[in-house]
Amino acid sequence: MSALDSLRETFRRDQVFDFMRQGTRVVAPGQLDAGDGKNILYLEDITVSFDGFKALNDLTLYIKTGELRCIIGPNGAGKSTMMDVITGKTRPDSGTCFFGQTLDLTRLSETDIATAGIGRKFQKPTVFPEHTAFENLELAMHDAKGAWHSLFTRMTGEQKSWIEETLAQVGLLDDRHKVAGLLSHGQKQWLEIGMVLMQKPQLLLVDEPIAGMTRQEVERTGQLLQSLAGKHSVVVVEHDMEFIRSIASTVTVLHQGSVLAEGTMDQVQNDPKVIEVYLGE
Amino acid sequence: MRDSTFKGALSDRTAKTFMGVLFGATLLVTLLNQVFPPDSALHVSAYTVTLLGKYLCYALLALALDLVWGYCGILSLGHGAFFALGGYAMGMYLMRQIGDRGVYGNAELPDFMVFLNWSELPWYWQGFDQFWFAALMIFLVPGLLAFVFGWLAFRSRVTGVYLSIITQALTYALMLAFFRNELGFGGNNGLTDFKDLLGFSLQEDSTRVALLMATAISLAGAFVLCRWITGSKLGRVVLAVRDAESRARFIGYRTEHYKLWVFTVSAILAGLAGALYVPQVGIINPGEFSPLNSIELVVWVAVGGRATLYGAVIGAILVNYGKTVFTGIMPEAWLFALGGLFVAVTVFMPQGIVGLVEKHWPSLKQRFLKTPGDNDTPMAEGEQS
Repeated sequence: MSALDSLRETFRRDQVFDFMRQGTRVVAPGQLDAGDGKNILYLEDITVSFDGFKALNDLTLYIKTGELRCIIGPNGAGKSTMMDVITGKTRPDSGTCFFGQTLDLTRLSETDIATAGIGRKFQKPTVFPEHTAFENLELAMHDAKGAWHSLFTRMTGEQKSWIEETLAQVGLLDDRHKVAGLLSHGQKQWLEIGMVLMQKPQLLLVDEPIAGMTRQEVERTGQLLQSLAGKHSVVVVEHDMEFIRSIASTVTVLHQGSVLAEGTMDQVQNDPKVIEVYLGE
Repeated sequence: MRDSTFKGALSDRTAKTFMGVLFGATLLVTLLNQVFPPDSALHVSAYTVTLLGKYLCYALLALALDLVWGYCGILSLGHGAFFALGGYAMGMYLMRQIGDRGVYGNAELPDFMVFLNWSELPWYWQGFDQFWFAALMIFLVPGLLAFVFGWLAFRSRVTGVYLSIITQALTYALMLAFFRNELGFGGNNGLTDFKDLLGFSLQEDSTRVALLMATAISLAGAFVLCRWITGSKLGRVVLAVRDAESRARFIGYRTEHYKLWVFTVSAILAGLAGALYVPQVGIINPGEFSPLNSIELVVWVAVGGRATLYGAVIGAILVNYGKTVFTGIMPEAWLFALGGLFVAVTVFMPQGIVGLVEKHWPSLKQRFLKTPGDNDTPMAEGEQS
């Protein structure tokens, strides 16, 4: 272990000397600490390699609480790998990944990360095809997840209206008793966003939300994502520049596993490095 | 949406129809056996009573498999093992009931132990002279085996065809073990020559009828239990595990716990089926562990229709009735017929008989309305919820 690594180990973010901070900070172990003005996600010097190929190369990225952040990049830039690292599917070879001030994501299981408040919408919609839209949301609902609990539990009126609210939010209230396998592609994408919302996430990771959607559906998806920001922090990974321009405040460009540029859409589009990567050679 | 409490499962239409048909048929057979004298044309022989009881045991076993296969997507090719273990637990109790009426007249030791020159009862035979203890073991032994086996398999995320193969290996290994005389379960002869159960002679017609009733009640109870499970949120999670396990895991469900839960409940039901089966057929031997039995069981459920519960029951009864008839005419061809049936069902009616009936239900209904009273598929009718 290098001197730098041992220093980092000593000053791990979840073990900072609390007395050195101003004011009192009361955070129970395992609780998310991402209050006012703080970042909700800290990725620092993350490196992931598969058989020598570096999918992520010293990636450093911060997401502010409540912001809507778009991440773009050419194929193989490491967008999906980054999502995998955040959700615990892939472990980084080096680097730190913190959710709020206290939760070390590299040490939590996939299930624990989901419970801690990170929801992910996958690129390919994977709703439960044999369940209705309503049941899909019921399954995703933030609740005790044990087998015995599930056997004896009965849905409260509160839970029912919460599910219906979410159905209305994603525009599926009229189709709530339709089997999810019969929904259109766009509706499945929304249902999936709804399922992520039912987990009461602090941070939403949305992977290519508009792939294969009609223009109208794209518009509604943009509105939906914008309405979610503020209450949640939203990270959107997308190829479509037009779509990103229509929703984003801040854009991060990934290239070869690290951050190439960051800023508003205009700043990013005029950045010579970005132009080179996208149009270059 | 159905009422998801146990009471709700008991009073829903499908369960009521199911119990109506089941108890109706059982009472009819009982009546025909008990009321009419043997020389009457309407008399039903004790043989038929026992045969029906046997079918109902198979139906209960099929129900157990449908719960894990149809709903949870775990294709167990070793469910016969749990059935046989339940059967052996009951067989051990029945052996101890023989007492000194055996061939060797030994009050303490079953005949085969005397034959093997054993001087005392092995420790694992202790307690089986008590019915309550045997009854406990009927549930405990298959349940515990399923729990340990499932815990190891599901925790290691063994799924699909690999899981099917190791369940098959499990039942095969148990068969080989039970064939050995040293294990103390009667070797290849198994346990047989039973005299009475709870003091009632197994040769009496009334005992046979009572066993049929007990089987029907167990089947009905298991049906309601399974309806309750599949209608609860747990049932919906289990379906989700079947359709998209990694997604369910991602939402936060410990999918291996759910699979283990369902697998264990199913094994317990299979054990109960075995325990009811043994006093009716009068023998339990290691042949019950044979992998072929477990595969036949899968065919019953496939023929009836997966993930409907009553489909498994219909399939088990129909295929076994076919087997009884067929093996009477051409015994050597039965396995070919069974294999052909499985292929035909997989290719032409993947949803089984129930799926076929449900698909053609609207046109069938019209025909039935023209000829009221004609009612071939009363159980399929209930599933409209």
